[in-house]
Amino acid sequence: MSGVRVLVGTRKGAFVLTADGKRQRWEVSGPHFGGWEIYHLKGSPADPNRLYASECSSWFGQIIQRSDDGGKTWHQPGTPPGEPTTTPDGTSKGESNKFVFDTSSETGKPLTTHQWYDGTAHPWEFKRVWHLEPSLTDPDTVYAGVEDAALFRSTDGGRTWQELAGLRGHGSGSRWQPGAGGMCLHTILLDPSHPGRIFIAISAAGVFRSDDAGKTWRPINRGLKSQYIPDPNAEIGHCVHRIAMHRSRPGVLFMQKHWDVTRSDDAGESWHEVSGNLPTDFGFPIEVHAHEPDTIYVVPIKSDSEHYPPEGKLRVYRSRTGGNEWQALTKGLPQRDCYVNVLRDAMAVDALEPCGVYFGTTGGQVYGSANAGDTWAPIVRDLPAVLSVEVQTLP
Amino acid sequence: MIRVVLPAHLRTLARVNGEVTLDVKGQVTQRTVLDALEARYPMLRGTIREHVTQQRRAFVRFFACEQDLSHEPPDAPLPDAVATGAEPFLVVGAIAGG
Repeated sequence: MSGVRVLVGTRKGAFVLTADGKRQRWEVSGPHFGGWEIYHLKGSPADPNRLYASECSSWFGQIIQRSDDGGKTWHQPGTPPGEPTTTPDGTSKGESNKFVFDTSSETGKPLTTHQWYDGTAHPWEFKRVWHLEPSLTDPDTVYAGVEDAALFRSTDGGRTWQELAGLRGHGSGSRWQPGAGGMCLHTILLDPSHPGRIFIAISAAGVFRSDDAGKTWRPINRGLKSQYIPDPNAEIGHCVHRIAMHRSRPGVLFMQKHWDVTRSDDAGESWHEVSGNLPTDFGFPIEVHAHEPDTIYVVPIKSDSEHYPPEGKLRVYRSRTGGNEWQALTKGLPQRDCYVNVLRDAMAVDALEPCGVYFGTTGGQVYGSANAGDTWAPIVRDLPAVLSVEVQTLP
Repeated sequence: MIRVVLPAHLRTLARVNGEVTLDVKGQVTQRTVLDALEARYPMLRGTIREHVTQQRRAFVRFFACEQDLSHEPPDAPLPDAVATGAEPFLVVGAIAGG
């Protein structure tokens, strides 16, 4: 029987939750990298045993971990202990955590400043990797979205990283500004029907698209409205929290933004609001059902300053109409005195039938539904604050 | 033989227990000790010193012989007791908690 592997990143380590296709009995492995912040871990669609993890700390910086056996063992790419410290071509090992902004005159300019919280110019500084997105076809190719916002790519299994500097340098970088969590590139979507097409999202700059595998970029934020920025319809400056697509229909994008849920039917060329009857205009994650491209999920959160569920009720909202009409899913979720948050990378779906939906909370719970959200049950209740949840559907 | 004490998280990354001992050629300084440490344990590159600037990371401190050496020039000789192996060179997380 097929099964699922749920990859959970938390404030204090990573956990791997596994179950068979019934998704009723779970095994919990971890903590891996105990004590470190694990912003994200994700498996390769081309090789389910290949996992990448972003491990970081305020003390010791960024670490990249890789597993080649589905999370049983991990190593920093390129640095097995006891082996030579350079490769045969002379490249130093120990570079898998080296994220250096491209400053070359050929590919890295202009190396601009971005805006600081008070609007002053601030130099780009690497802080951490927020999101790792493995290639759809090559296990050794993986993209990293980092803070301060930039996109990096590795083509050697995470051993070395190069910035795709055309994004930061395309012209609007000097107007990007940090959201409350920092100026992060948090979403990377690879279009399965257009191999060179990549969508990324930055808080607080907006969505950008490349059609040439990351060499050149342009903002795609037309139709977004953010009422508290100086120009609500600005090309740049929207605090996009998350975007999602269904791989069978990659031209349709769904977005949870700081102030509403929106949709694009033309690969981001234009957006329109589909918040409909949602109880709040705020939230972080958004996901698409594995088999129904018009079924989407969000977790409404109260306002942009309180960051907990309205009325103390943890509710996932599902739309089966691609937005506008939303249904609260509550069975198995706490409906009183619940004040956790669900962060932007902390929701995912499996590809089993019926579709499984999973999300993690800042209170350390990971909830799962094996029936597309109709009913929920906690898989684990007492992990550290959950930063990310990804799911692998195993053969 | 130079003795180096690493914080717990870096011992985990380097997959070592207890003190690390290193051979350091020439003068024993912060730079030569950390160069030798990173050459032997490349997974520690970037965790104590920034990759490009080679500056000590902000939340890391260096101590030896009951002295705070964090702000000493990286090429200043370390105390003789460190150079002879009588005392360890301590790499310490600067603040507790978290």
